[in-house]
Amino acid sequence: MHKEAAIREPLILGHKTYHDITEDVCRPIEDKAPRMWYILFGIALIIGLYGIGCILYLLGTGVGVWGLNKTIGWAWDITNFVWWVGIGHAGTLISAVLLLFRQKWRMAINRSAEAMTIFAVFMAGMFPLIHMGRLWLGYWVLPLPNHFGSLWVNFNSPLLWDVFAISTYLSVGLVFWYIGLLPDFATIRDRAKKPVAKRMYSILAFGWSGRAKHWNRFEMISLVLAGLATPLVFSVHSIVSFDFATSVIPGWHTTIFPPYFVAGAVFSGFAMVQTLMLVMRKAMKLEAYIHTRHVEYMNIVIMVTGSIVGTAYITELFISWYSGVEYEAYAFLNRATGPYWWAYASMMTCNVVSPQLMWFRPLRRSLTFTFIIAIVVNIGMWFERYVIIVSSIHRDYLPSSWSMHYPSHIDIGVYVGTIGLFFVFFLLFARYFPVLALNELKTILKSSGESFKNGDYPVHPTPKPYIDSSAPKVKIEEVKEEEKVLEDNSDNPIDLKASAELVNALGEGSEATKDDVKVISGVGPKFEETLNKIGIWSYIQVSKMTKKEYDLLDSITGKFPGRAERDDWAGQAKELMNSKNQ
Amino acid sequence: MADRVIYAMYDDEEILKDGAKVLVAKGIKVEEVFAPFPIHGIDPIIGVEETRLGIFAFIYGLIGLALATYGMWYFMITDWPMNIGGKPNESYLENMMAFIPITFEFTVLCAAHGMAITYLIANRTMPGMKATNPDPRTTDDKFVMELRTSQNTQFTAEEIETMVKGTGIIELEQKDI
Repeated sequence: MHKEAAIREPLILGHKTYHDITEDVCRPIEDKAPRMWYILFGIALIIGLYGIGCILYLLGTGVGVWGLNKTIGWAWDITNFVWWVGIGHAGTLISAVLLLFRQKWRMAINRSAEAMTIFAVFMAGMFPLIHMGRLWLGYWVLPLPNHFGSLWVNFNSPLLWDVFAISTYLSVGLVFWYIGLLPDFATIRDRAKKPVAKRMYSILAFGWSGRAKHWNRFEMISLVLAGLATPLVFSVHSIVSFDFATSVIPGWHTTIFPPYFVAGAVFSGFAMVQTLMLVMRKAMKLEAYIHTRHVEYMNIVIMVTGSIVGTAYITELFISWYSGVEYEAYAFLNRATGPYWWAYASMMTCNVVSPQLMWFRPLRRSLTFTFIIAIVVNIGMWFERYVIIVSSIHRDYLPSSWSMHYPSHIDIGVYVGTIGLFFVFFLLFARYFPVLALNELKTILKSSGESFKNGDYPVHPTPKPYIDSSAPKVKIEEVKEEEKVLEDNSDNPIDLKASAELVNALGEGSEATKDDVKVISGVGPKFEETLNKIGIWSYIQVSKMTKKEYDLLDSITGKFPGRAERDDWAGQAKELMNSKNQ
Repeated sequence: MADRVIYAMYDDEEILKDGAKVLVAKGIKVEEVFAPFPIHGIDPIIGVEETRLGIFAFIYGLIGLALATYGMWYFMITDWPMNIGGKPNESYLENMMAFIPITFEFTVLCAAHGMAITYLIANRTMPGMKATNPDPRTTDDKFVMELRTSQNTQFTAEEIETMVKGTGIIELEQKDI
């Protein structure tokens, strides 16, 4: 088994068994939903329905209901598209890139982060589709033969690359997520009591049975899909940035865009993960699995990617001057000091300044502070896209075409509506799906669980002798009369056969040779009684203990397994003997 | 001949692994292990071979790559060459730079979906399939080892039972099929 450095903070706090993990994750699904869930779901649903209403109105009337004009042909909708796609980057990054890097803390958050990714990409995909105006002709973006129109789609165009990138990302993300979900659905299926739930989860679990060969394949497919998804994550936002970077609009036409967009996407994605996780861990009582350490790790990612984004902003400014292209220089000057200066200022504050606060350990370990920063980053990243898109095109080459963008209430309604729909999906997920990857958490329990790391519970327990409940208990009949008396007097019966074996190994002892074994660290008055009952009275007996005897002792007492060996009772007893003799 | 299946249940994966080692050393074939999570190191003990799914994924990826290349050569160069911003439209090689993003995406698409479908078929896990784990607790916190007398004809069922009982099991179930 994988060993983890003792100084690493445990990833699962307190003592959890495999069964506890199952219980903790399945409880919210099996119990009745709390009232708060219904309230939140109701609010999200109303907002979502309002958004759908706005979309239907837009489809019925035309894209003219948006606040676009002949200069600003892309504004609010593409901002939202890029914003949602960006948010959709954290999930796959966590589950794929961190899998390749063997980061075990990912296991507590990957499931819900991936769910978030999928829902965010749903929301993102909606914007280009409705921007087409005639949604029912959306299939024209697919490469279909000529009799549908006169031409093939243009494979040279970044807009078509986007179609392929987003749809590949969504479908591969969905498959990756679902393959991880199968074993967990099987767990819920096998626990389900209500017939409808049992039936539903059996369908969802695809008949998963957890055979060794299946797990072997599972690990392989997880690894290969992670390997495939890793370049995919980076490609998706690079391609989104090509939508801008390959055009000849000053402010868009920059080669820095792909890496800068990817960093920005991860930055905003992690901020959204933080926002959701901090609420979810409290609401679903998952504090033992998602705790300060996880939040800190994510904050470090936010800090690093935020710094990359900040560097990119400043590089852009520098290059716009250094290039000597006056249109380029004007675009950036106008961004910072023109009519959209407030958007630029909020972007700079939210995205450049706020992540730098994460250098301070107390701040990045503070959950409240993290929550605030996460919201700030989400807002800042929305403004970043708005600044890039609108401020670059609102000053056309012809001053007579100069314009401003004012969102219409439909613009705002569609955007707010996608947030509502996103939460509708996420709340349904939290209610009916296992929000933590059960099977993955169980694999790290023994290496990263607190109680196993500090040695309170053995990683490799000693098997207890098998007691066949159907056969008559032969053992008891063998017990001698006098020993029976001893057993009856004790409050916890001890295994007499094993005791005899232990005493044989250590030598006889009696009350006459009694030493104060309580002095040995790890032995209390109660445990001294037990030891005496077994027949261990003196230091000399304890000092003879080896691995075999420790295990035997553990099997008799059943208490604190491994404790005696860890505390080196034999060594302690030897020292005590020496000091007694002196 | 009637085949007897012995299901030995363990409550810890390390004990199961030790048990499997002991049994295999005695010449017993362990038919199957059911577990709630992947037990690392069990495969070589019970003789589960490394899966070939990775090779399949690679082949699917190659198919995707070939299809994407062929498609874009046909659409953009052969069937209807378009002059877009003066980009070369008569030669696939010269135009290839612009085709790389979609070639990549399509390769990933084919590799990932092909692999996922193969995985589901190979595992016999499909919507509507019945679960075959012997005990519902094997998806929670218990581990079950399955042994069959038909694969261990050198021992009697009782001999196997005695050997299994010595490996730290917590429950034993037998079924004649």
